Amino acid sequence: MSIPLSKLETDLVGTIKSIHAGQELHRRLSGLGIRTGIRIKIIRRSPFNGPMQIRVGHTDLMLRPADAAHIEVCLAS
Amino acid sequence: MKRIAVLGMPNTGKSTLFNRLTGAGAHVGNWPGVTVDLLSAKILLGDAMVEIVDLPGFYNLHGFSEDEAVVRHFLETQPVNLLLVVLNSSQLDRQLALPLQLRDLGIPMCLVLNMSDEANKLGVRINTGKLEEALSAPVLSMAAKFGTGIEKLKGELNQLLHKHPELVHANEATFDQDIRIEHELDSLVHQSVTNPISLPVSMTDKLDRVLLHPWFGLRVFCFMMFLLFQAIYGLGTPLQDGMGWLFDQIKTDLLVPLAANWPGPVKSLVLEGLFDGISTVLTFMPIIALFFLLMAIVEDSGYLARAAFLTDSLMSRLGLDGRSFVMQLMGFGCNVPAIMGTRIMRTPALRTLTMLIIPFSLCSARLQVILFVVAATFSPKAAPIALFTLYLASFAAAFITALLGRKHYKNREPLLLELPPYRLPTWQFLGFEAWRATRQFMAGAGGFIILGVLMVWFLTHFPFNVPAASGQTLAGGISRALGPIFAPLGIDNMLSTALLFGFVAKEIVIGALAVIFSVGPTELSSVLAHRLDWVQAYSFLLFTLIYTPCLSTIAVLKQESKSWKVATVAVLWPLTLAWLSSFAFYQTARYFL
Repeated sequence: MSIPLSKLETDLVGTIKSIHAGQELHRRLSGLGIRTGIRIKIIRRSPFNGPMQIRVGHTDLMLRPADAAHIEVCLAS
Repeated sequence: MKRIAVLGMPNTGKSTLFNRLTGAGAHVGNWPGVTVDLLSAKILLGDAMVEIVDLPGFYNLHGFSEDEAVVRHFLETQPVNLLLVVLNSSQLDRQLALPLQLRDLGIPMCLVLNMSDEANKLGVRINTGKLEEALSAPVLSMAAKFGTGIEKLKGELNQLLHKHPELVHANEATFDQDIRIEHELDSLVHQSVTNPISLPVSMTDKLDRVLLHPWFGLRVFCFMMFLLFQAIYGLGTPLQDGMGWLFDQIKTDLLVPLAANWPGPVKSLVLEGLFDGISTVLTFMPIIALFFLLMAIVEDSGYLARAAFLTDSLMSRLGLDGRSFVMQLMGFGCNVPAIMGTRIMRTPALRTLTMLIIPFSLCSARLQVILFVVAATFSPKAAPIALFTLYLASFAAAFITALLGRKHYKNREPLLLELPPYRLPTWQFLGFEAWRATRQFMAGAGGFIILGVLMVWFLTHFPFNVPAASGQTLAGGISRALGPIFAPLGIDNMLSTALLFGFVAKEIVIGALAVIFSVGPTELSSVLAHRLDWVQAYSFLLFTLIYTPCLSTIAVLKQESKSWKVATVAVLWPLTLAWLSSFAFYQTARYFL
């Protein structure tokens, strides 16, 4: 079962199943190492529904929930 | 001449490496068709002069951002001998994608695995031999921040230049095809990089728990901004005043006696036009250097990205991002460096919108005028309220501008910022940043500012046989002509002449008023108190706060945006908004009071 990354709970790890984004966002994401099969951990969320801090490998990134909604993940064991 | 292009993703220490290689001699070069400033320097490598060009940080050779387009355009049009590709050692799992993309360009490469100290700490092990073999390019491990490995790198570059003496054009076909490298990347990372199974809880994680805490984080942010503002205001303003004092001394002790026998108009041109213009430019030097020093600390330490994280939810609603807010706050010290500081934002639309809201920040120059007029015309009890509401008006003007402008300057790029580990910046790097920004301001905006000061001098002094700034001068004529426009705001001709002076620098308004009323600064208070009631005074202050930013601000806006259109908007829109605000306030107040 997959959920949008924006709905993944803080401190949980998800594996990217698919990315439903335009070419522009898609290429930017892949440049940052976010692509299918990669594991993402949600570190924290900023106040007032602001961006979320995610960890991919050794990189910490911030991402707005609206953009994260385009990324489908399934819970990693 | 031989040429090396330095490329890499953001946050790889690319600029630090470039600085280490080239020293302080780097300058902004002009490249045909390239819209952003590129630093380049000529250095002696072995027996030959080599030009080193620092290309903007980018994530994907096939990406759509402006920086990515700049890199592509540069590689398409400029032949180079060598690509120096800088990678962050601890992020090779994704950064190796870059050399895989670049490899197909057919230009010899040299790879630097930078920040090896951080990778060691994290327990990342790298097999450089395997990388060299797979990418058929030499691979060097180093920590540019500490200067380790620089001499070795220079030797390697020298050897490579002997091996590849010809300038090569990139194989253009590669720019169009976005080949799937993901599989190759995975196997390359698998072969050459060993990551620890679990990451140790780092210092950065611990700091983030406090600094990004939903409750503490915003408070620490406010405190940090307060400190920064205090540093700029508390150190920068006295420095600026000190420079001003120095120039006054030079003027009265050296120039005035020297010019004693010169004909009136020439004397006035040199003393009140040219000299004041040059000293206006020079008095900005310390504040710009200080600002960039502080900004470099905030940015390189990794805190700026955190500030963006904390304030994004408010700013994204205005079509801006958290970094805009930091720059806007810095603008309360001085607008000029804050506008130059927007260069950290790499999206043109976002950057332009931020540059358009910064001039509404109530800077220290305007504060001088406001404090003087408020003290003269308001009761001690009402004065703080007047000041506070003007600060509110400053934010309101900026937010209204953002709301109106966000449709036109639509920011299409997603906010995908790295939160780099906290790092201590090096003094050398801070020095470079401060020095470069100051030099760029002098070269880019200096001439424009001097011309503007000369123009205002001419308006307020011609014809030469009447008292300066009086009703008979050109400026007086303009004020009379504009009288009907200012009358509904409660601003008379004498006050509007002072506003014309204020275009040069807002703090001049008080001095100009003293000249216009032909009184000393001490009598000016009572003249103002006598001539203006509080409604008129407040309307005048509201106008002073919002109207056309000072000449230096316009000059850097033009320099940074490289667009006359943006500079024109930055002149006309605040004028319109100032008029509307003062009109609304004055007419409402007069109706009720």
